[in-house]
Amino acid sequence: MAGAHLLGEAMTGGYGATDILHACTIEARPGEIAVIVGPNGAGKSTAMKAIFGMLRLRGGRVSLGGEDITRLSPQDRVARGMAFVPQTSNIFPALSVEENLEMGAFLRRDAIRATMEQVFALFPVLRDKRRQAAGELSGGQRQQVAVGRALMTRPRVLMLDEPTAGVSPIVMDELFDRVIEIARTGLTILMVEQNARQALEIAHRGFVLVQGHNAYTDTGAALLANPEVRRSFLGG
Amino acid sequence: MEGTLNALVVLANYVVIPATAYGAQLALGALGVTLVFGILRFSNFAHGDSMAFGAAVTILTVWALQAAGVSIYPLPTALLALPVGIAATAVLMILTDRAVYRFYRRQKANPIILVIVSIGVMFIMNGLVRFVIGTEDIRFDDGARFIVDVRGFKAATGLAEGLAIRSAQVTTLVTAVAFVAALFWFLNRTRTGKSMRAFSDNEDLALLSGIDPERVVAVTWIITAALATTAGVLYGLDKSFWPTTYFQLLLPIFAAAVVGGLGSPLGAIAGGFLVAFSEVAVTYAFRRAAGHVMPEAWMPEGLVQLLSTDYKFAVSFMILVVVLLFRPTGLFRGTAS
Repeated sequence: MAGAHLLGEAMTGGYGATDILHACTIEARPGEIAVIVGPNGAGKSTAMKAIFGMLRLRGGRVSLGGEDITRLSPQDRVARGMAFVPQTSNIFPALSVEENLEMGAFLRRDAIRATMEQVFALFPVLRDKRRQAAGELSGGQRQQVAVGRALMTRPRVLMLDEPTAGVSPIVMDELFDRVIEIARTGLTILMVEQNARQALEIAHRGFVLVQGHNAYTDTGAALLANPEVRRSFLGG
Repeated sequence: MEGTLNALVVLANYVVIPATAYGAQLALGALGVTLVFGILRFSNFAHGDSMAFGAAVTILTVWALQAAGVSIYPLPTALLALPVGIAATAVLMILTDRAVYRFYRRQKANPIILVIVSIGVMFIMNGLVRFVIGTEDIRFDDGARFIVDVRGFKAATGLAEGLAIRSAQVTTLVTAVAFVAALFWFLNRTRTGKSMRAFSDNEDLALLSGIDPERVVAVTWIITAALATTAGVLYGLDKSFWPTTYFQLLLPIFAAAVVGGLGSPLGAIAGGFLVAFSEVAVTYAFRRAAGHVMPEAWMPEGLVQLLSTDYKFAVSFMILVVVLLFRPTGLFRGTAS
C-alpha cells in the first residue's frame, strides 16, 4: 500500500474557548515514521485529534496527499485512507479478535482475507487467538488487535496515539519493531509517544511540542543529539 | 414407585410445562429489552405495550384471514398472521424513533431522560392499542387444543394423574427456539449483526470503523419489533390477549433482563426461564404432588403454597431487588450501568 503525504499546517484550536494548539505544524511522509513528543499537557494528543478531525480548528489547514481535508469529518477521513488508533478503548472487547479485524474493514466491499493474512503475518499471536474475545487478551496483545483493526482499512496513513501506554518495556520494543515494519511497506505513520527517547530512535521526523507550540522539529536522530532537547525533555 | 411417578406427572403438568412456555415468552420479551439497552443504551419501558401492539395487529390479521376462510389447522392462524404484526410494529417503532428518540439521541441525552421519554411512548402506545382493538379479553387461538390430553395420557400410562400438553405451549417453545437461533445466527454470523455488537461494545470505535449508527439503530428497532410481537402473540395464544397484561408483563421481563445482565442476549434467555420457574414454583400449591409421596399421617394441613398467585409479581420484584443488591451486573455480566 502506498502512503500519502500528511500535513497539518499552522493548526490553532482547542476544545472550548481557550486554544490548546497555537500555529502547530505536523508533517508525515510516505514510508516514514513521524513522532510527536513533549511534556504532559503539551497538546500532543490534541494535535493528533486535530489532524484526524475530532477537533474544530480556528486556524490552519490539514491536507492529505495534497487534498485539503480540513472540513472533513473523522468518518470521511477514514474513507480517504486515514486510520486512527485511539489511546484507550481502541478495541471491541466482547468481539473475537477476528471480528475486531472484520469490523476494521467494515467500509470495504472487496475481499478482506488477504489483508487479514497480512495482519496475522505481522502479529502472529493474533492468528492463534483469533477466536478469543479481544477483551481477554493481555495489554500488549490488545494493542496489536487495535493496530491490526486500523490496518484492515488498508490505510495510507496510520495514526497511533500512545500505542505503548501501559505495556511492559519488552512489549514496547516489540511493538516499535512492528511499527518500523509497517512503515517499510510504504505507509505514512504518525505517532504520539510518552516514551520520547525510544520513539525518537525509530523516528524519521520528530516534533517536540511545548504548550501547543512547535518547540523543536528535526529528524529523530538530530533531536536525540540536540543537547537542549536532551536536557529539557529526555532527562539528560 | 407409582406414587413418585404420579407426583412427577403432577409437577410436570402444573409447574414444568407451564413455566417452560411462560419462560420462553419472557425470554423473547427480555431479549428485546436487552437489545435496546445494549445498543440504544436505555431501558425501554414501552416494550410491554409494543408487545401488545404487535399482538393486536396480529389478531386483526387473524380475523381478516378467518373471514377469508384461510386456515392452517392444526396450527393457529396467528402464526400465519405474525409477519404482518411484525411489519406493522417495525414501522411503528421506526416512526417513533424518527419522531421521538432520535431527537434525544442527537442531543446525547442522559439515559434516564430516554427512560422517561420511553414511559411517555408507553402511554401513547397503550392508548393506541386500546383504540385499535378495545379493552376486551380476546381469545384467538384457533388451532388444535391439545397435543397430549389428560384422558389419553391416563389411558396410555395407567397412572392416576393426567398430563396435558397444550399445542399453544409447544408452539410457543418451538417458535421461541427458532427465533432465538435465528437471532444468534444474525448477531454472530452476519456483517450487520456483527456491526451491531461492535456498536454496542464500543460506540466511538464503531464510528471510526465506518459503521453507520442510524442504520444500526434502525435494524435494532426492526429486530426489537419482531421479538416483541412474537413474544406478545405467543403469550396471547398461551393465555389470552388483554392489553393490561402486557403492561404488567414489564416487571417480569425487566427482572429477566436484569438477572441475566442487561445487554447480554444469553442472559436474557436464562433470566426469562429463571423468573418464570420461580414465579410458578413459588405460587404453586404442592399439596397434590406431596400427597403421592408422603405417608398420610405426615400430610400438612395447608396447600403447601408459599405465596398466593395474586402475589406472583412480588416474585419478580424480589428477584430484581436481590440481583441489584448482590450482583448488579447480572449472571452473565451485562453492560449494566
